[in-house]
Amino acid sequence: MNAIRYDSSDVAIRMRNVTKIFGKNSLAAQALLDAGRSKTDVQAETGCVIGLNDVSIDVAPSQIFVVMGLSGSGKSTLIRHVNRLIEPTSGEILVDGADVRQMANDELRHFRRHKVAMVFQKFGLLPHRSVLDNVAYGLEVRGVGRHARLEKAAKWIETVGLAGYEKSRPRELSGGQQQRVGLARALALDTDILLMDEAFSALDPLIRSGMQDQLISLQRSLNKTILFITHDFDEALKIGDRVAVLRDGVVQQQGRPEEIVLRPANDHIEQFVRDVNKARAIHVSSIMEQGKFSVCDAAVPPTARCDDVLPLFAANQWVGVIDEFGHQIGRVTSQQVIAALARHTPPARQLLQASPGEQHE
Amino acid sequence: MFPEFVDTRPLRRAVDDALNWVVANWGGAFEAAARPLLGLLNAIQFALLATPWWVIIALVTLAAWLATRQWKLPAIVFAALIFLGVMDLWEDAMITTALMIAATLTAIVVSIPVGVWMSRSLRVRQVITPILDLMQTLPSFVYLIPTVMIFGPGKIPALLATIVYAAPPLVRLTDLGLRSVDPAVIEASRAFGANPGQRLLGVQIPLALPTILAGINQTTMMALAMVVIASMIGAGGLGYQVLQGIGRLEVSRGLFAGLGIVVLAIIFDRVTQSFGKQLQARIGLQEVRI
Ligand SMILES: Nc1ncnc2c1ncn2[C@@H]1O[C@H](COP(=O)(O)OP(=O)(O)OP(=O)(O)O)[C@@H](O)[C@H]1O
Ligand SMILES: [Mg+2]
Repeated sequence: MNAIRYDSSDVAIRMRNVTKIFGKNSLAAQALLDAGRSKTDVQAETGCVIGLNDVSIDVAPSQIFVVMGLSGSGKSTLIRHVNRLIEPTSGEILVDGADVRQMANDELRHFRRHKVAMVFQKFGLLPHRSVLDNVAYGLEVRGVGRHARLEKAAKWIETVGLAGYEKSRPRELSGGQQQRVGLARALALDTDILLMDEAFSALDPLIRSGMQDQLISLQRSLNKTILFITHDFDEALKIGDRVAVLRDGVVQQQGRPEEIVLRPANDHIEQFVRDVNKARAIHVSSIMEQGKFSVCDAAVPPTARCDDVLPLFAANQWVGVIDEFGHQIGRVTSQQVIAALARHTPPARQLLQASPGEQHE
Repeated sequence: MFPEFVDTRPLRRAVDDALNWVVANWGGAFEAAARPLLGLLNAIQFALLATPWWVIIALVTLAAWLATRQWKLPAIVFAALIFLGVMDLWEDAMITTALMIAATLTAIVVSIPVGVWMSRSLRVRQVITPILDLMQTLPSFVYLIPTVMIFGPGKIPALLATIVYAAPPLVRLTDLGLRSVDPAVIEASRAFGANPGQRLLGVQIPLALPTILAGINQTTMMALAMVVIASMIGAGGLGYQVLQGIGRLEVSRGLFAGLGIVVLAIIFDRVTQSFGKQLQARIGLQEVRI
């Protein structure tokens, strides 16, 4: 039964040329797609809806990979392919080297029980069970004994801030609370890979920000691989190690958050970027002047973001950048930060393109 | 007149001969197969008749109270049962109740698996739905006659006819209930790797339970509706009294026995419905309307 062979490759989730066409006439739709027609054209002519169109992404292990896009762009469709809730029309999906499409039924069940846990956009809680039993559901399916699973579930309920609600039914909770139950249910499984479909969308800003921080620290401490879906660019920038932007089922750009903010591939992405808090996306390392300078009063690590250095400029002309051993490797001035944050300023772009920003990925 | 294209007499004769052949060669086998059913019916009937009347009244009234936690339904149920006793209908009512319970139990055992099967495959549904239509619309005498020929008049054909008539709503409602479970919940259980059994017992059946209970309620009502016809072929009970009332032009006998059937229907309907509502409240689902 545990016949699935995983190998510790450098890619946790690999999707290659995955296309999903909803509808009967998928061959005709594929032909139209190949001819370069748009999603709306194909839908008008064949009645088929394009879910994904030739999507290829690589999610490295222990990485938070964010897929971002507007409503209907195919985000949920994409994430459902990873644990084969949806069968692709064509393409290849590998999770830790195992081909998801080739798995037999019992292999697939084993894979879903032990390898990937999922948080759903629509929660998908069991209305007839208490919060505690909901959170324990994945463990129950896996065959964990009652005592052990309830203990684990109680711990995660507390972690997501729902202590005291163990006995409640899902319908007695608010949307945001229900979402956190869904979150706890996935986390309780302690799988290597987490699939999170708009997992924070129903939370208020305060809890949401707290959850984002928690997710980041969880990922750091437990080395989880997380595929995270959101329609909120700010969220993508905050938590994403890598971001892919999806539109009409096509990946339009993928890269590190700051690459997308600083060099949006097209007007569509540009529109997203316009309203975004860029200070949060841009690392100081990508705009700093390299070299040693005189001793500085304030210093930050190269992974710090512009957001983090801004307050320091109130008291300092410039801020040092130091590596993990405490050696200074460069500095940033307030002018550089302002230049980077201002949009469409040619000097800023030149500066950025000349910068050695890609060094630490 | 519709012109006669073909002579259908050979066809009719073939059907009749086939039935006669089955009766002659397989009658014993059929009877043996139906014996467990008869045993069930007799056991229930024996139990009901052996229990003192006041115990039954107390238990049913208690059930009504447990189902509603109010005094109104128990009061109605109590009055209805006293009516049956006072009108000298107690024994007949117990015989009829036994038939109804035996038919409902059998229907549950058969219908729920069939409903589950139907909910899983469009093809199965396409085949079974017309059969259910047939079972519900075919006049019961049409299948009563062959069953009486095979089993002889008595309780078995009465029970079989009642089951045939009463089972379809439960099959339909089981199928409906299972198919209307929120797909998001089903998807979640798939994503966690639940196997079909875990999904059915842990998610689908519990969530479809209110609808299934509504189906059981329908089945009991249909079974009671069948009692007059069942008594014609030897089931006895209240239906037999109605039949005798008609035969002897004794309006009062028919009227009171008929009222007895109504009273039983009210008791079973209200009590099972109240239990259903209680269950829904516990599961936390919307009330099912059909
Ligand atoms: N089961 C389905 N059958 C037919 N079309 C579908 C199905 N599921 C999704 N689609 C279509 O695929 C497209 C992408 O849907 P998807 O749910 O992936 O969007 P999304 O990016 O998750 O949107 P949202 O942010 O609103 O959740 C939509 O056009 C939708 O109509
Ligand atoms: Mg979605």
